[in-house]
Amino acid sequence: MLEKALSGSKLYWAWLIALVVVIAAGFGSYLVQYNKGLVITGMSRDVSWGFYIAQFTFLVGVAASAVMLVLPYYLHHYKTFGRITILGEFLAIASVIMCILFITVDLGKPTRILNVMLHPTPNSVLFWDMVVLNGYLIINLVAGWVTLEAERKQVAPPGWIKPIIYLSIPWAVSIHTVTAFLYAGLPGRGYWLTAIMAPRFLASAFAAGPAVLILLGYLVKKLTRFDAGKEAFETLAKIVTYAIILHIFFFLLEVFTVGYSAIPSHMTHLEYLYFGYHGYSMLVPWVWTALASGVVAIILLVNPRTRQNPAVLGVACVLVFVCTWIDKGMGMIAGGFVPNPLHEITEYAPTGLELMITFGVYATGLLILTILYKVAIGVKQEEEAL
Amino acid sequence: MKLYDGGKIITGLVIFLLIFTFPFWSSLGKAAPTPKLVLPAKTVAKQCVTATPYMRASHMKLLNDWRDAVVRDGLRVYVADDGKHFNMSLTNTCLSCHDSKEKFCDQCHNYLAVAPFCWECHLVPKEKK
Amino acid sequence: MGVDRRDFLKIAGISVALGVGGGVGFQLLRPGHLDAAQEGPNPRALKGQRWGMAIDMKKFTPATARAAIEACHYYHNVPLIPTKQNVKWIWLAPYANVFPETDNPQAGEYASLQYITMCNHCNNPPCVRVCPTKATFQRADGVVMMDFHRCIGCRFCMAGCPYGSRSFNFQDPRPFIKKESPNFPTRSRGVVEKCNFCAERLAVGELPYCAEASGGAMVFGDVDNAGSELRKMLRGRYSIRRKPNLGTDPQVYYLV
Repeated sequence: MLEKALSGSKLYWAWLIALVVVIAAGFGSYLVQYNKGLVITGMSRDVSWGFYIAQFTFLVGVAASAVMLVLPYYLHHYKTFGRITILGEFLAIASVIMCILFITVDLGKPTRILNVMLHPTPNSVLFWDMVVLNGYLIINLVAGWVTLEAERKQVAPPGWIKPIIYLSIPWAVSIHTVTAFLYAGLPGRGYWLTAIMAPRFLASAFAAGPAVLILLGYLVKKLTRFDAGKEAFETLAKIVTYAIILHIFFFLLEVFTVGYSAIPSHMTHLEYLYFGYHGYSMLVPWVWTALASGVVAIILLVNPRTRQNPAVLGVACVLVFVCTWIDKGMGMIAGGFVPNPLHEITEYAPTGLELMITFGVYATGLLILTILYKVAIGVKQEEEAL
Repeated sequence: MKLYDGGKIITGLVIFLLIFTFPFWSSLGKAAPTPKLVLPAKTVAKQCVTATPYMRASHMKLLNDWRDAVVRDGLRVYVADDGKHFNMSLTNTCLSCHDSKEKFCDQCHNYLAVAPFCWECHLVPKEKK
Repeated sequence: MGVDRRDFLKIAGISVALGVGGGVGFQLLRPGHLDAAQEGPNPRALKGQRWGMAIDMKKFTPATARAAIEACHYYHNVPLIPTKQNVKWIWLAPYANVFPETDNPQAGEYASLQYITMCNHCNNPPCVRVCPTKATFQRADGVVMMDFHRCIGCRFCMAGCPYGSRSFNFQDPRPFIKKESPNFPTRSRGVVEKCNFCAERLAVGELPYCAEASGGAMVFGDVDNAGSELRKMLRGRYSIRRKPNLGTDPQVYYLV
């Protein structure tokens, strides 16, 4: 099937070349980091995780959101998602690969990464994150590829794939839960020490992932005339609506508990993010942008007339993306580290090289996504032409 | 049987073979000089912590064992086969007899193109002039 | 009697199977532990159930702090990096930062002092819990140690530590070490580091550098030994610990 990725329009090849150029630039920047160390990033003794881990956290959510398609389609035989489920599974594959790359570029000693397997440590959440992320990658690769191949041969998928697809449903929840546990189990970090971390992550994931998928679906429709179907987009839009409402709701729950209890070690982080703390306020415009985007998106999505308008839905999806990306990325990570355990303040902003490496990883993910989508849509259109 | 695109395939294979065999033909006739180890003088020590053939072949394993024993188990004394006691320390024990890293360690490491990361942290004592 | 081909293959097959299941398997499972009998502790090593430190704020002066910090940072080759990507094992900070959320405007002079802070060698250390490679681990005597050879630089321990006691080597530290201490390694780019309670000193029967340099203001000892000097001090004086509510059970006690 992979041969379908080897023929395409001029635009297709130009896009691939553009991605390769960005990947090369990112790789070159990574070489600088590899040789000099993480000194080239904006991270510090106080803010010891930054942009890479932020992107990782966000993308785990995008990956997990494939379950929003797999579950209705395979468990409830919701046929409307027949054409788009594979796009969700392939988006998950590209996202998980980006997650793994982001963790790798964040390591101080990347050459020692296999120590995680040589000295397995079940009491470390990071060990389990490695297990569930790699497991999820394999599950989705197998499930996506086997069902697509069966479709191409016009036969029913082999029976053994069913349990694997069912397994992918709780597994998707697990990857984001375990990722939340990375943060939510640390005694000294008030901003993260909350049981609602995993539900909050899942809600923002189920908003961001399907929103990205709607936008990708629009793009695919425009470029290849492959239409996932009006009804599929509408159902996805409903999922985004519920999820973004839950996301904001969970955030407000957090604000209440932290604000009403008024425990400083929990409250100072929210204070820093939303109002600035002792004159440090770099992230204030960002987090308010996130909140405002979320609220406007809800207004656009709740009203059926605006939600069912494809153009407005597109705008709403972009707003959902902006909201969740800022909230879960920069807000989550930097907000948790500022102020530090000694209530001192060091702010964080990524450097140019750090951004280049980030773009490189995103371009790698987009390259994989493009190739997988090319194959999937090629197969679907071939089958429909028969 | 007809070979489609034969020209392209054969050219590709030739290029592949050329690149694949690059290490062999690029170093033809350029034998690296055999390493010359300078061993500690007999007045310093007659015998390493264990038999020379073992050290030659497996010193890295011994050093790894020492490393784990010292750092992880807090065991710092090595009892040699002949009953002698040694403080398990690369800088303070090994290099006190083998007092020139350049004339001992580096000789073989460079010859074999291996770059152990010991020296990123462990200091090399200043050589006695 | 000769061994025919069939028998030879049988024997060879069995030997290989045994070899894989036996010695080789053993080595794969526990590499490097075959000749552990040859390794032992230094007979002079200090033995303790649970090491701890008491800091007597009555004796503690800025000069004491300077001496302790200088000794520690020199002997352990701690680099002096003048940026926010700095490295420190032991340092001074105001009361409000060392003991946040315990401020008391009526506390008097103790609240205006500078406090020396370092790794607390917690009895229940979050950094050990989160480390994915056991590069940070707890010894039987309570010392929370780091194996710099194994650290992958993921910095989970830095997020886990509620005391900010850990530093990451964002770059090669060597250019920032003014004078190298010959008997202790430096660290390399990409690993996390922190106070090791002078494990290398305890192993040869000596006290930590900071305790030695503090002129009696910092007392190192066995918290679990009721007869130790440290326990006597803890009995006689009121002591506070950093963030005891987190359940980490820190082993650095401040006598106020």
